[in-house]
Amino acid sequence: MSATIATDTAGQGMPEAVSKGAFDLDWANVAKSGSIAALIMTFIALSGMPDGLDARPIVDGVRVLTIGYLTLFAVPLAFGWMIGNEVVLEGMVATKRGPRDLVAGAAVGALGGVGLTLLVVLMSNFDLRDPLVNWSPQLFNLLTFDSGVGVGVWVWILIGAVLGAIGASLRLLPAKIRRAVIVMFLTVVGFSVLQGLIDDIVGNVGETIRDPGRFSEFFGEGDTPRPRVDSVFDPVINFIYSQTGGLKLVGAIVLALVAGALSLSGRGRIKAAKASYNAKTGPERTKQTSIMIGITAVLLILLPFFSGKIVNELLANVGIFLLLALGLNIVVGLAGILDLGYVAFFAVGGYTTAVLTAPKPGDAWPEWLPTLPWWGALLVTVVFAAITGLMIGAPVIRMRGDYLAIVTLGFGEIIRLLFLSDWLKGYFGGAQGITNIPAADFGPLGTVSGVDPRSVFYLVLVFCALAIYVSWRLERSRLGRAWMAIREDESVAEAMGINTVNVKLMAFVVGAVLASFSGAIFSAKVGSIFPSSFLILVSIIILVVVIVGGMGNIMGVIVGALVLIGVLGGPKQPGLLQEFSEYKLLIYGALLIWMMLKRPEGLVPNVRRSRELHQDEFLQDAWLKGEVDTDDEDGELATEVAPA
Amino acid sequence: MSERILDIKNLSVTFGGLHALRDLNFHVDEGEIVGVIGPNGAGKTTFFNMISGMVTPSSGDILFEGKSIIGLDPNQVTQRGISRTFQNVRLFANMTIAENVMVSQHCRTKQGVWGALFNTPGFKKEEKEIREHAEKVLGFFGTRLIGYRLEQPASVLSYANRRRLEIARAMATSPRLLLLDEPVAGMNPKESAELTDLIGKLRSEWGFTIVMIEHDMNVVRDVSDRVVCLDHGETLAQGSFEEVSNNPEVIEAYLGRPLEKKSAS
Repeated sequence: MSATIATDTAGQGMPEAVSKGAFDLDWANVAKSGSIAALIMTFIALSGMPDGLDARPIVDGVRVLTIGYLTLFAVPLAFGWMIGNEVVLEGMVATKRGPRDLVAGAAVGALGGVGLTLLVVLMSNFDLRDPLVNWSPQLFNLLTFDSGVGVGVWVWILIGAVLGAIGASLRLLPAKIRRAVIVMFLTVVGFSVLQGLIDDIVGNVGETIRDPGRFSEFFGEGDTPRPRVDSVFDPVINFIYSQTGGLKLVGAIVLALVAGALSLSGRGRIKAAKASYNAKTGPERTKQTSIMIGITAVLLILLPFFSGKIVNELLANVGIFLLLALGLNIVVGLAGILDLGYVAFFAVGGYTTAVLTAPKPGDAWPEWLPTLPWWGALLVTVVFAAITGLMIGAPVIRMRGDYLAIVTLGFGEIIRLLFLSDWLKGYFGGAQGITNIPAADFGPLGTVSGVDPRSVFYLVLVFCALAIYVSWRLERSRLGRAWMAIREDESVAEAMGINTVNVKLMAFVVGAVLASFSGAIFSAKVGSIFPSSFLILVSIIILVVVIVGGMGNIMGVIVGALVLIGVLGGPKQPGLLQEFSEYKLLIYGALLIWMMLKRPEGLVPNVRRSRELHQDEFLQDAWLKGEVDTDDEDGELATEVAPA
Repeated sequence: MSERILDIKNLSVTFGGLHALRDLNFHVDEGEIVGVIGPNGAGKTTFFNMISGMVTPSSGDILFEGKSIIGLDPNQVTQRGISRTFQNVRLFANMTIAENVMVSQHCRTKQGVWGALFNTPGFKKEEKEIREHAEKVLGFFGTRLIGYRLEQPASVLSYANRRRLEIARAMATSPRLLLLDEPVAGMNPKESAELTDLIGKLRSEWGFTIVMIEHDMNVVRDVSDRVVCLDHGETLAQGSFEEVSNNPEVIEAYLGRPLEKKSAS
């Protein structure tokens, strides 16, 4: 945040702040925000989300605390908070926080509620189920809390007002308390959403602690299940979670209190730890970094032992898409080449592996086509992917910006259509694809196939580690610097002696190779491969992962993949929130728009990217810290003087 | 006569119907500092763009060290040994100061993907050399661009220091011919004088031959061996500063023709 633009000074009690009357508001702005809130709430209601997610309780037994209702409740909460946003520039006087904010929040929330009131009235009088599939009695019951239209017409205005006021009231709290409240809220929602995951892993860990013998079972081939034992953590789990899904009321309260307490006491410590890590330099820092990497690695290796099949499957999917995203990050994030047809290389990797490992991939192949083991095929796949990268890249790479994006988009589709075509049906099976792909056999290390998601997870883990290493090394090399220079200013980079065509092609090829790894794992995992697995949507989703996570930042890409693929799900793969899969693309789109507006640098930003995007604020900060240099001896600020 | 490093013969370039340069003949001897002057729109920057390969001439030839560089890409021209700065400073603003200078050594180094991935001894050695060369080049400008500044983004630099960094970046490509496009534009007189001094040192200490576009006549006078004046894409005058600055055509190009009748002022 810039030093001079403080968007929020709630609770800081700035002495010069003026107080205004409770109703002295910018009513036009309130009306605008309220109308937007109303539109959004109506849209969410008609999208089917509240109804579809009504079966997922957050707190069991409390009717309105379901994820379905939360999708509606979140809107007035958020708008109530946002209406209090005030830009205070230097020289301007902030307004004192007080009842005025609550009034504004309540008004915005109530206006939002009016949207649903109108909807309820319309629903009780008309049946528009034909164009609007979610115009259903279930939605009507949900919106009226099963109490008929008499309740429905006023209840949402009231709820909106209350929630809006609650959202606005956060502005009145001191920053520390506010943070704690937000953490409490997110913890409860998070624990409820991640119930399957937590239940699974904690349960398994608990069982293993009680019966350590179970651990060896994980290595055994023949799964003769040991007698089920109660997990050590069963009491805890049973205290928090209800059998029928959702948190127990008492559990939720305790959880919230614990989270709040941790937030109040822990914040400073996290900050201190971060600062001490950042302050370290040289070997000490390297040591600490390697310790952290080691701990992460051990946890990742142990994780699949304690998670069930579904979670492992999920992790394997996250890994496959993470691998793709890491590859695309090199192309888009480092070299700045907007490639919208990245799925092409994924497809080439998948199909090459399929053709080389399947015993009889297609009729048209000559007799001498060998059937290779997976790792043997992988070597050929890499070469093939690199060649494809060169072939697609060579004509495309001379273009810049938008033109390049459109052409890559086209090539991505061309590759898919080739695999789909009747012309190459004898080779790739057309729409039927190649179906008899064997598991990847690693001899004594075991086999990797979709039946055993744990094995896929490990294979993917190895390749993700490889991709991370490659990105990390290349970023800090001569080539990485050249990519950065091209991203900044291509013509100057060329004038400074960088062969931009070669260097950009290199980024394309490295990206293609990483994507082909992912394709190879994918084909061994799924055991069959169809053109429909390589839709343009895959390219888009990977790009969204990279953008939302933080372009050009490895950590950001990992976070992006975990959040988007892990929680929401991939193009065809379900995520943790399986109920959301219908609304996945809607959420992806909304998230992308929100990120572009509010945080274009991504969740975990790359330092340089955020500098690019917030150049002015960055310079102001640097100036205040005395880092911007003033022009030499005269001590005057340099100003641009037009050439005489 | 010393050897000609750059020899331009009958060079013309047209943008549509506009003759940006017309039949230009020009040469630079090894170790010379040549000042190029001329009013705005005279074709000076086009002239630089053409030498550095960013614009292809419609006719004529450019010989660098006896070989034609017509049709080469800008990066190949830089590889041959010609480097330039830009009139409107074009740094890689979000890269650090050290990186700005390191990246321009690209065409003098060769480590690729393998070296980087396996951190080979060759890669480490080259990285070290790149870094050392960068610091040496930046050190040429005193303490302004080294020390804690090395790891700061170029965008925090003052205007004058950005110009210095641009020169450093061009120097790091190890050129034999350095093209400076208005190196002192926007600097105060003190800074200009200092940079004039440094331009002299670029020749005496680093052995660069320099062609410099400049509007500041003090700088041109102090440092140029020879001055060329361009106007409307043609050479108006060539010679020592005194000759050119007293040439009536040059004065006319800058100040306009005296009116026959005095207009009521």
